[in-house]
Amino acid sequence: MNLARGARIILAKELRTEFRARELLSTTIVFVLLVIVLFSFTFDPTSAESRRFGPGLLWLAFLFAGSLMLQPSFLREQSNDTLASLRMAPIEPFAIFLGKIAANLFFMLLAELFLLPVFAVLYNVSIVPVFGSLTLVLFLGTLGVATVGTVLSAISVHARMRELMLPLLLLPALTPVLVASAEVTAGLMAQPPVLNTEGLLLLVIFDVVFLTAAWLVAEYLLEE
Amino acid sequence: MSTTPKASRSQTIHWLGSIGVIALMTVAGYAALFVAPEERSMGLIQRIFYFHATSGMTAFVAFFLCFIGNILYIVKRESRWDWLAVSSAEVGVAFNTVVLVTGPIWARPVWGIWWTWDARLTSTFVLWLLYISFLLLRTLVDDSNRRAVVSAVFGIFAFLDVPLVYMSIRWWRTQHPQPVLFGGPGSGLDPQMRAVFYTCWVALLGLMTLLIRQRYRLEALRHEVQELRVQVETQ
Repeated sequence: MNLARGARIILAKELRTEFRARELLSTTIVFVLLVIVLFSFTFDPTSAESRRFGPGLLWLAFLFAGSLMLQPSFLREQSNDTLASLRMAPIEPFAIFLGKIAANLFFMLLAELFLLPVFAVLYNVSIVPVFGSLTLVLFLGTLGVATVGTVLSAISVHARMRELMLPLLLLPALTPVLVASAEVTAGLMAQPPVLNTEGLLLLVIFDVVFLTAAWLVAEYLLEE
Repeated sequence: MSTTPKASRSQTIHWLGSIGVIALMTVAGYAALFVAPEERSMGLIQRIFYFHATSGMTAFVAFFLCFIGNILYIVKRESRWDWLAVSSAEVGVAFNTVVLVTGPIWARPVWGIWWTWDARLTSTFVLWLLYISFLLLRTLVDDSNRRAVVSAVFGIFAFLDVPLVYMSIRWWRTQHPQPVLFGGPGSGLDPQMRAVFYTCWVALLGLMTLLIRQRYRLEALRHEVQELRVQVETQ
């Protein structure tokens, strides 16, 4: 069975599991909303300052949400004892990761696209004219988060204190994504908006480097 | 201590190495404080540079060794590569800590502030955090084979991340002095300063090798104890 087909089957399985339980998306959206509201208490969110700080806060909230949301990706397989059957499936190990990365990317993007307008209203920034470019940044940044996060969640399930371990491993590793995405988003929300192509390029490089790395290490992470 | 020929040779290397490194560190310390000419604008405090920059370079060499250990463990599955990885990560973190401590000591009188969120400072800090996470992860995975594999994968990810962290943070304004070695035109050191600088680096590389070697032997002994314990329990 080829890689794409294997990954598609895993993706379909992940989506089915989530849409039956419907627990991941709702909790993540509420969590990010909470963070955005709590952040706004620490300074005046309608001021011009918010254009400078807002995008960083937004991405920080997404990153924190990601570090919680990516937790079940492998934890669920482990607690249900389904990892062994996944391993035995006649598909490449990387297909399992690719399917899970795609599913996590989809869930995170869905949550982000829902939260973006809420953020724009609360922080008084206009996103309509730059919506296309914003979606591109969200996609590239979130792909980086999902790729590294999915691999690291396969690592953290083996550790004690795993709920704390994933953020600890993931957050420093995502520094480039945080910086680049926040910079590009801030550029797009500025008046007049500018598209920072250097930042987009960095996100593309990050995604390519870590997708390749994930492909290389996938089989070792799924060993018995 | 057993006195097999191998063990006694290893002891000899250890003692000779220790004496050599102590001698080198003494020479380097003396050279940095008394031999190197005084820098015109910064004065005395500039002398910390001979240990600050060289510690940074040494930490980077140690992290590179850790990366090599990680890759070789994944490929070959021999425990010794895992021992190399953990030893060099720990020693690298120690040197990285020296960089983070000596930097502000220098920055306070010269820049007037302890810390600035500049590219090199921030990436050094993130590097330190990444390898602290690496060492923490190792303490929290019980099975030794599993620990070796997952920490090797994380180590590879961490090392690949370093250039990207640097690139991303470079957008912020940079206050750190431009590289004086291998910089562009206009950079460069006085020949005598350069000689002292390299003496210090060689001394620190010697210290690094000695520490990694000791830490590696400790890890090997731990492994041996573990195996003997299992043997006794199964008998």
